[in-house]
Amino acid sequence: MNDDDRVFKALADPTRRFLLDRLFERDGRTLTELEFGLEMTRFGVMKHLRILEQAGLVVTRRQGREKLHFLNPVPIRLIHDRWIDKYTERQVSALAELKHELEEEMA
Amino acid sequence: MTTETETMVTTQVYRVYIRATPQAIWDAITKPEWTERYGYGGRSEYNLRPGGAYRAFSSEAMKKAGAEMGFPTPDIIVDGEVIEADPPNRLVQTWRMLMDQDMAAEGFTRLTYEIVEGKGGVSKLTVTHELPGAPKLAVLLSGGLEDTGAGGGWSWVISDLKSLLETGASMDPEDGLNQG
Repeated sequence: MNDDDRVFKALADPTRRFLLDRLFERDGRTLTELEFGLEMTRFGVMKHLRILEQAGLVVTRRQGREKLHFLNPVPIRLIHDRWIDKYTERQVSALAELKHELEEEMA
Repeated sequence: MTTETETMVTTQVYRVYIRATPQAIWDAITKPEWTERYGYGGRSEYNLRPGGAYRAFSSEAMKKAGAEMGFPTPDIIVDGEVIEADPPNRLVQTWRMLMDQDMAAEGFTRLTYEIVEGKGGVSKLTVTHELPGAPKLAVLLSGGLEDTGAGGGWSWVISDLKSLLETGASMDPEDGLNQG
């Protein structure tokens, strides 16, 4: 299985997408926080997190006694850049444009 | 929804596996002739010792786009200071965005690059950006402003870095930064 296969397989499950959405809302969560709201055993949640980690979509970091889970968007970005970009028109303009808009907002 | 165990985490973590040596990745991060070839396409200068200066300069594409919109782009768009440099595996530095006044006012943040050699010529790059008190910068770096033309933040930069090191080709920086 290559890297892209692992990402698509990891995403092909509603529980795992739910976990990613939770991390997107707020990053750096513990297992206990991620279990919250899921009708599933701790072991089941761990299994899903392991698949997400193997696909590179979740990265863990120790902070004190806690293990925190972070969403890593890079694998999705790579798929976006390699596949989706090929078929869609790029719509990005300038960093300068952002500055312009922000300053107009302030004015 | 919130529980007592929740703590506010304002760190962003990005990880990518690149078919390249740690030294090649280190050079791509720290040498100006490399930094202008991917991501936002500006030249970076590092004095790679604790307390040494870090500066990233605006690219011609950025300046041109700014001029077209009728405002100047600063020469230095990011500044900071090296905290720890252990080539080719670990670089810790402070990092402050100067292109936007509000983001500049959020002050210095802490950025760590970790490069670990793996099996089969593949290295693991992890970028950890600690962003307490920098909510505006956090949105930019997470790619939340890409639709406004601000580039796709760290995941965009890292994806492009991987592409450059593995294929020798990068996305056109004008593609990411100029009018679509």
